[in-house]
Amino acid sequence: MALPKPDELLQDVNLHKAPEKHWMDIKPEFKRGTYCYAVEPQVMEDLGLPHMGQWQPHDEKWPLPPDWKERTLNALRDRLNRFRSFKLFMDICVRCGACADKCHFFLGSGDPKNMPVLRGELVRSVIKGEFSPLGKLFGRLAGARELTEDIIKEWFYYFYQCTECRRCSVFCPYGIDTAEITIVMREVLHELGIAIDWAMKPVRFCHIVGNHIGIQPHTLKEIIEYLVMDIEEITGVKIEVPINKKGAEVLFVPPSGDYFADPGIYNFMGYLILFHHIGLDYTISTYASESGNFGFFNKLELAKKLHAKIYEEARRLKVKWILGGECGHMWRVWHQYHNTWYGPVDFLEVPKSPITGTVFENAKDNKIVHICEFTADLIAHNKLKLDPSRNDHVVVTFHDSCNPSRAMGILEEPRFILKNVCNNFVEMPENTIREKTFCCGSGSGLNADEYMEMRMRGGFPRANAVEYVRKKYGVNHLACICAIDRAVFPALMDYWVPGVDVCGVHELVGNAIVLDGEKERTMDLRYRPLKGKEGKEGEGV
Amino acid sequence: MNVGVSLLAVIALILIPWIGVSALGLDSFFGIVIPYLAFFVFFIGLIYRIVQWARVPQPFKIPSVCGQEKSLPWIKYSRLESPANTWEVVLRMFFEVVFFRSLFRNLRADLQGRRLIYGSAKWLWFGAILFHWGFFIVLIRHLRLFLYHVPSILNYIDYVDSFFQIGFPPIYITDLMILGGLLFLLLRRLVDAKVSYISHASDYFPLFLILGIVISGILMRHVYKVDVYGVKELAIGLATLHPAMPKDAHIGTIFFVHLFLVCTLAAYFPFSKLVHMVGVFFSPTRNLPNDNRMRRYVNPWDYPVKYHTFCEWQEHFKEQLQQAGFELDEEWCKGQNVAKENKAA
Repeated sequence: MALPKPDELLQDVNLHKAPEKHWMDIKPEFKRGTYCYAVEPQVMEDLGLPHMGQWQPHDEKWPLPPDWKERTLNALRDRLNRFRSFKLFMDICVRCGACADKCHFFLGSGDPKNMPVLRGELVRSVIKGEFSPLGKLFGRLAGARELTEDIIKEWFYYFYQCTECRRCSVFCPYGIDTAEITIVMREVLHELGIAIDWAMKPVRFCHIVGNHIGIQPHTLKEIIEYLVMDIEEITGVKIEVPINKKGAEVLFVPPSGDYFADPGIYNFMGYLILFHHIGLDYTISTYASESGNFGFFNKLELAKKLHAKIYEEARRLKVKWILGGECGHMWRVWHQYHNTWYGPVDFLEVPKSPITGTVFENAKDNKIVHICEFTADLIAHNKLKLDPSRNDHVVVTFHDSCNPSRAMGILEEPRFILKNVCNNFVEMPENTIREKTFCCGSGSGLNADEYMEMRMRGGFPRANAVEYVRKKYGVNHLACICAIDRAVFPALMDYWVPGVDVCGVHELVGNAIVLDGEKERTMDLRYRPLKGKEGKEGEGV
Repeated sequence: MNVGVSLLAVIALILIPWIGVSALGLDSFFGIVIPYLAFFVFFIGLIYRIVQWARVPQPFKIPSVCGQEKSLPWIKYSRLESPANTWEVVLRMFFEVVFFRSLFRNLRADLQGRRLIYGSAKWLWFGAILFHWGFFIVLIRHLRLFLYHVPSILNYIDYVDSFFQIGFPPIYITDLMILGGLLFLLLRRLVDAKVSYISHASDYFPLFLILGIVISGILMRHVYKVDVYGVKELAIGLATLHPAMPKDAHIGTIFFVHLFLVCTLAAYFPFSKLVHMVGVFFSPTRNLPNDNRMRRYVNPWDYPVKYHTFCEWQEHFKEQLQQAGFELDEEWCKGQNVAKENKAA
């Protein structure tokens, strides 16, 4: 079924009306565009994981393993005994409804099961109905129900309609975090062999090849060579990019989206120009060539598996510390999980900027620094030669990516950078930015093409805020610090707010940096003419 | 259905002591046995729940960060929303528990055509504050029934609480607060389509139950006067573990209804959503600092996970690496092998 037009998509969305039927009596309808395809069995076999063979979510009967019920209940019991977060969140919700209209999927679909409270209730009801004597006794009166095959389908449908963005947890008076419930429930489904293809293929690639896209070492080198050629054409400066260099001071790990596709590649060029400009002694690795982590969207164990490479590589290359690119859930994993998994990281040194001498005390234990922290520090110390007028063709607003905001709190650094490299920076309405920011609608492994309708619905609140500033201030660029954002926003913008381009923060840094020995810049990193230089591009002055 | 069942349940709970005391004369059963039983269940139940939560480890440090992180020294960070140490976490928890800070953030979203509009929505916060603070002060006021000599602080609270001196005995402000809060919370649950849709009978039941307690309490003070000295004698007897029904006192059936509903609430408390009162202290998204990169957090059940090592990877991509002109790192792999052998030995 084709995607409805923007004006039609929201016609049946009513945020203040509930269905007639009790939610326990409504089964999910697997309508095309609202669910992702099931994982190919080979992918799971390659990773030694259970699977259900060939099947699709829209199949009437799912090939669940014969002991599916026992397996599911055991998996739930196991998580209740290992995650205080999960156990507590199952116990203390009072259904006050403060979270109800905070979820982007609810705002874009009006489906009550997309209210975080009800998403949690989908599991809470089964835990009460299967494990609690009182729940068994009072049944629906206590919000309890028995586990059925239809509930497994329902879980699949709705836990893959949550992007683990944590917006609800900001508003919950007890801090109940639906992301935590979704993480656990995707793990539970994984134990039955249920997973989605789009989130699992990158895991296999990353495990075997080193990055989500499956770019092999020689290809990565070629890509970088191409980008370096582009930089030379635009700036007149040929720069060197160290790859797999032993003894470098810093290991730089970017998300693969940044060297794979438009518009990520412009951001990557921005990184390279910055490093060249300050003469950073760094290296990129072809083995640890992915900072993002699709494992996190499936199972914590898979997440741990993928990032172990980064530390082995840091050890092998004998670097002093690690610098990470712009990426969303990646930074949740790097910030909140890394040193629990891989620590103590005693073979690295406390990160210190070789240019400004700033010691990153906030990263003294796991020795990893966000590139926006690094660049903000450089700008604050006046170490960059910047010409913000080179971004005068850009009116930019900043999208706080969910996880860097709500799992890390990097709010000021990117804004500080943007204000220094651009002359036209405006904010979106305050209820849609910073800790209240909205997800792109496609995070946590849901950026699949077959999921387009749900992506447009989930991304609607963000797009709507962009539309507001586009009309008000003529915004034409949406900057973000997340590779998935950069991958999915172009489609979202085309759908809801045509005319807005998507870029990383460091793309704009790259435009503004004045390199030693450069020629007169007439084009930005996308070969678009700079303001006042129209018609001059390619002339070489 | 949910509303009706809950209301019926509370009415039944009112009738039980009513019949028990006025028709069957079971004063000591409802005055002594039931209160002891209920508070035994309350304490044991609550301890059980706390132990259950405390026993389950929190594997990761996962604060919900709602403000600027502590990073570069010239960037002001949010001590309350992104606490960087234990003291700041205590502050954050204090504001959360005492003033419901997260609830204060509440917004309302409306869809108008193709535009999403967000408005402030502090009513839920206000209703919750009225109810919880009202309840808390009423509870403190009740302490005077358990103490021979009433400390002056209690008299002072009493004085402030009845400051307006409306009626005789004067109406307590907190009585109005708790009543107003409860009615608001109930009405909201009934009227708001979203909240009504997510409500179980177990969400209405405590509201009706507490409403029953409040109304019976107010009736006792203002309409059906009870023998307060008799009540105090009974209360002190219970508190000092020398329980006895006061002689020659006519306490009044309404008191037993009030007491029985309180006992029901106490016994129900640990096994219901009402444990959020204790649970909130355990919430890992609120009670942990956002200092992950500064201080390592240890997961007690962490286990090693097999990953694709550099040497396996190099072996796999040997040709491509050589083709692209990368040097192979045999030395590292030799070292790794030696390390492995040493470990095995």
